[in-house]
Amino acid sequence: MDREDVLKDIEERFSGDIVDISDRSPKRVYIEIKPDSLRKVARYVFRGLGARFNIASGVDMRYHMEILYHFTVEEIDLVISLRVKLDKDKPLEIDSIAPDMEAANWIEREIHEILGVDFKGHPDLRRLLLPDNWPEGVYPLRRDYEEWDNDAIRDRGIK
Amino acid sequence: MAKTIIPIGPYHPLLEEPEFFTLTVDGETVVDIDVKIGYNHRGIEKLSEMKTFDQSVFVVERICGICSTSHPYAFTRAVEDIAPVEVPERAKFIRTIIAEGERIHSHLLWMGLAGHFLGYNTVFMWAWKLREEILDAMEILSGNRNNYAMFRPGGVRRDIKQEDIPAVLKKIDSIPPTLTMLKKAVTDDPVLHARTKGIGILSKEDAIDFSALGPTARASGVARDVRKDSPYGAYDRAQWDMIVTQNGDVFDKLVVRVLELFESIKIMKWCLNNLPQGDIDADIKSIPPGEGIGRIEAPRGECFHYVISDGTNRPARHKVRAPTFMNLPTYKATVVGESISDATIILAAIDPCYCCTERMIVRDTKGKKVFTGEDLVRLSQQKTEKLRK
Repeated sequence: MDREDVLKDIEERFSGDIVDISDRSPKRVYIEIKPDSLRKVARYVFRGLGARFNIASGVDMRYHMEILYHFTVEEIDLVISLRVKLDKDKPLEIDSIAPDMEAANWIEREIHEILGVDFKGHPDLRRLLLPDNWPEGVYPLRRDYEEWDNDAIRDRGIK
Repeated sequence: MAKTIIPIGPYHPLLEEPEFFTLTVDGETVVDIDVKIGYNHRGIEKLSEMKTFDQSVFVVERICGICSTSHPYAFTRAVEDIAPVEVPERAKFIRTIIAEGERIHSHLLWMGLAGHFLGYNTVFMWAWKLREEILDAMEILSGNRNNYAMFRPGGVRRDIKQEDIPAVLKKIDSIPPTLTMLKKAVTDDPVLHARTKGIGILSKEDAIDFSALGPTARASGVARDVRKDSPYGAYDRAQWDMIVTQNGDVFDKLVVRVLELFESIKIMKWCLNNLPQGDIDADIKSIPPGEGIGRIEAPRGECFHYVISDGTNRPARHKVRAPTFMNLPTYKATVVGESISDATIILAAIDPCYCCTERMIVRDTKGKKVFTGEDLVRLSQQKTEKLRK
């Protein structure tokens, strides 16, 4: 199976779930998926295509929260990034993919605590990185984050 | 027998990366393990958003004192993926030389530590003495024993002088004879076989499910190596082999790393002997808006950086994924069911930025301290002694 077959295969299987395909370069493709369909597409990419789960990365965009799930199909040297956009006006939640692949367990915990996205069905959504005295409901990588600890010596950066 | 909980960590005075393990043991058998990380969470991703693309290289270089080239390499490749920029040939070779030098010193460092935890302090001393040779070579090449500051988006900051190359080659050539001797001593030792063979097995299915990386995956028969799968730098031109073994136990992880040392020396020597002439920097003027992914093979596995640019001179988002983040959870599959005296070496076998053993404290369920981390290393070393007799 080469690159074209893989992309055509995904397109045909999930035609109703794909919002947009951005064919960036020979080694990169970004596929935007409807949030409700993410789990089944991710499962197919991981189990069906035999891709490796690299990592997920969450970004706070101005009007939506964006999560990218990066997969690598090693045989054809292609990174498939599944993009979902979560509306900020609604509760930030999406189906967890950790029950399908153990590899996604930790990163979902990380995104949960730094961006406040709720992963439904995650087996163990405890804190991973933040200290125990970090207040609930404060998410450090959100755009509207404000320093809460007046005693902290931190680089407050550029406003 | 009542279950005992053993907290391990979080701090260790010698090595970086504090972690906290909670081992639940029944008698001598480990029945459950939980890992808590985050003690060293410095907010590098956030910090990087406040720096320019040029400055961020120095920030990510300080993520890890051992992988001080892997993170800048992955980050610069992610930035070059946004543009996209083609790096000059000479810069590609210099990058490959520095990255392989780092792999050699990192694997030797791990080998020494693994020897120490097994009670083979001779291995520890030989390996770390050998490591000095490669650190000297790196100092000749970059001016630093570590944190080389060689990378920048578009190329490298510093050229390699032609007159330095013979001295570096001499240093590198002094490694294989001792390494061969060490390899023979290690792989022929029956006690070491007893301590590491069949211990802490990571099955191929688990390696795939956990998406394990680098030597941890390759020892379980999963042939993954970014240098082969998606060649960058000079890896597609140098002649070298990917080392893959099938058993997934501690012994195989040791074998993979020792054999990789020879391959790295091969790559490094070939690059130094075939260094092309030309520019060392593509001289990027500005980074356009967009997103990019940089992947490279660090000593512990694939290092992954994802960068978003909004057209300014700072990254709008920078995601860093170090290989240990994927390898660490595999403990769950390897430690459970093993004896407590093997726990240290199994934890060490994935080569985490290793930090915990000397801070191990064994407690019974009432919280009364029974013995300390030093005792646990001693326990591991005593088992070796017993086997020797």
